[in-house]
Amino acid sequence: MAEPILKVENLKKYFPLKRGLLASLRGEPQRFVHAVDGVSFEIYKQQVFALVGESGCGKSTTGRLIVKLLEPTDGKIYLEGEDVTEIKTKEELLAYRRRVQMIFQDPFASLNPRFRIFDVLEEPLLIHGIGETRAEREELIYKALEMVKIIPPEDYVSRFPHMLSGGQRQRVAIARALILNPTFIVADEPVSMLDVSIRAEILELMKSLKDKMGVTYLYITHDLSTARYFADWIAVMYLGRIVEMGPAEKVIDNPLHPYTRALLAAVPEPKPERRNVIKELPIKGEVPSAVNIPPGCRFHPRCIYAKKGLCDVEQPKLIEYEHNHFAECHLVGKF
Amino acid sequence: MAKNVLEVRNLKMYYFTSKGVVKAVDNISFDLKKGEVLGLAGESGCGKSSLGFTLLGMPTPPGKIVDGSIKIDGREIVGLPEDVLRKEIRWQKISMIFQGAMNALNPVYTIGFQMTEPLIYHKGMSQEEALDRAQKYLELVGLDPEIVYRYPHELSGGMKQRVVIAMALLMEPSVVIADEPTTALDVIVQAQIINLMKRLKKELNLSMIFITHDLSILAEISDKVAIMYAGKIIEIGDSEKIYYEPAHPYTQKLLAAIPRLHEDVERLEFIPGQPPNLINPPKGCRFHPRCPYAMDVCKEQEPELKEIDKDHYAACWLL
Repeated sequence: MAEPILKVENLKKYFPLKRGLLASLRGEPQRFVHAVDGVSFEIYKQQVFALVGESGCGKSTTGRLIVKLLEPTDGKIYLEGEDVTEIKTKEELLAYRRRVQMIFQDPFASLNPRFRIFDVLEEPLLIHGIGETRAEREELIYKALEMVKIIPPEDYVSRFPHMLSGGQRQRVAIARALILNPTFIVADEPVSMLDVSIRAEILELMKSLKDKMGVTYLYITHDLSTARYFADWIAVMYLGRIVEMGPAEKVIDNPLHPYTRALLAAVPEPKPERRNVIKELPIKGEVPSAVNIPPGCRFHPRCIYAKKGLCDVEQPKLIEYEHNHFAECHLVGKF
Repeated sequence: MAKNVLEVRNLKMYYFTSKGVVKAVDNISFDLKKGEVLGLAGESGCGKSSLGFTLLGMPTPPGKIVDGSIKIDGREIVGLPEDVLRKEIRWQKISMIFQGAMNALNPVYTIGFQMTEPLIYHKGMSQEEALDRAQKYLELVGLDPEIVYRYPHELSGGMKQRVVIAMALLMEPSVVIADEPTTALDVIVQAQIINLMKRLKKELNLSMIFITHDLSILAEISDKVAIMYAGKIIEIGDSEKIYYEPAHPYTQKLLAAIPRLHEDVERLEFIPGQPPNLINPPKGCRFHPRCPYAMDVCKEQEPELKEIDKDHYAACWLL
């Protein structure tokens, strides 16, 4: 198989908790939020890799580590085979960002309200020194806008973000990420703030750009239905770790981990005939804090199958149970 | 046949802004039967939340009810003075489960204080009676009754949403309006809350209006569904009819835009354009600028809701 575009190895990010003066005088140990706690995966060219999980599972932190908005505590990140874990100089970071771009969740907050659409798209070109003259940059900007179907571009370039609808704004945000012609895009919940009809439009657009421009995506979402639709691979995260990973249809149609099963059971489906049926949700309790990670399998306090003496003691390993389909559970096939 | 607990006729609620009159709720009529859940869906800005607040007799300023009637248990509430609405109607006859439980609770009072206040004020209960009733309802929504002594920040998002639901039920109202009650919640918590609402619907024979933009969630609980577009109901009928035999092109498009978990969808549909400005809505059918089937008549005359099947109404010239 070809070399992965992005490879992440045992990635960790711990955020230190604020400690009071008294606590530090008493010599109490520094405590950490284990936001990302040993995550490994590979993404191949033109694939969409979805990172799915509930809030606080570390999916967005993983995305931010990859675009270098955060420094990892431990672990390695490789982009096209090159170790990019440690980027020291500003020049290196600039070069990196040209290859890796991000699309944010909220198009109302991610575009500067004082910038016209032209300025929004010109900024990355100026920062990266692309296009010698304004005319050259204008051509690139028009091309990028056409690509995201903001047509005709000349009608839009002098508008401010507030003059666009939510869907148009998100398309401008996508154009801003694409204008540098990146190899890899991290899309953090790009459609969760949008209305259903527009959501479909943006997903379709991102899908078509994947084929046209050969972009590879990390798609971060809490929504398994859109992940199934958009992604080739799905990785399910729980409390900072990937508990299940595999091709999208396999994870959805044949989930191995009890947490994935619970998540899938919880997804609402547009089938009104089941409206009086109380859904069975094979999970108990609530997500524990990422400061005090439960020992053994971190899912065991919520797992309805957990075995005493095994799940609460020993940390399970991520094992390949069928071709390309991984899960981190002691009891796969035993419940 | 169950009787109607809520009858809405030709309801109009306009926002009188400095830019012009926004027709957010424009000539809406429907009935809600005892023990029935009516789902209200539409894109943001279609007027679904405005309608919810109007039914409580408290349109958000600068909104005003311009015309129409709202009858709860046969009693007309449009035109009632504010103090009567507050003392006799709101929370007692019709209540609301708010969007975003995080912000619906006052952080500086205990749960018990917030829950008993209306009971003491409205029903003249003693402190003990009120606390007793609050605890009973907390148990009903699956919470430990001891949390009356806790503050909102001590509870998780799901627990807070349960408290907000308990509060809406406390005065045993005839109609409960749930405005996006699960939007800010995680999938699993959302499913738990939906389960709770299904159980309450059965146990208390609750009549409810469930407002959301998410047609998948709506299908989980609604007996009847009304689709709103630009301030109007464009289609209303039994859930099965709406989901499996949608008549209005807008409903059809909305349903085709939902990604399904267990089905392979080649391409998702989407609706080009955006909902119209409600200060100056398009002439004729309000959906015609975005409708792929628009004909000449659609640009000129507004279609009325007509019965296309038993209890299934749609407003479209194609039918």
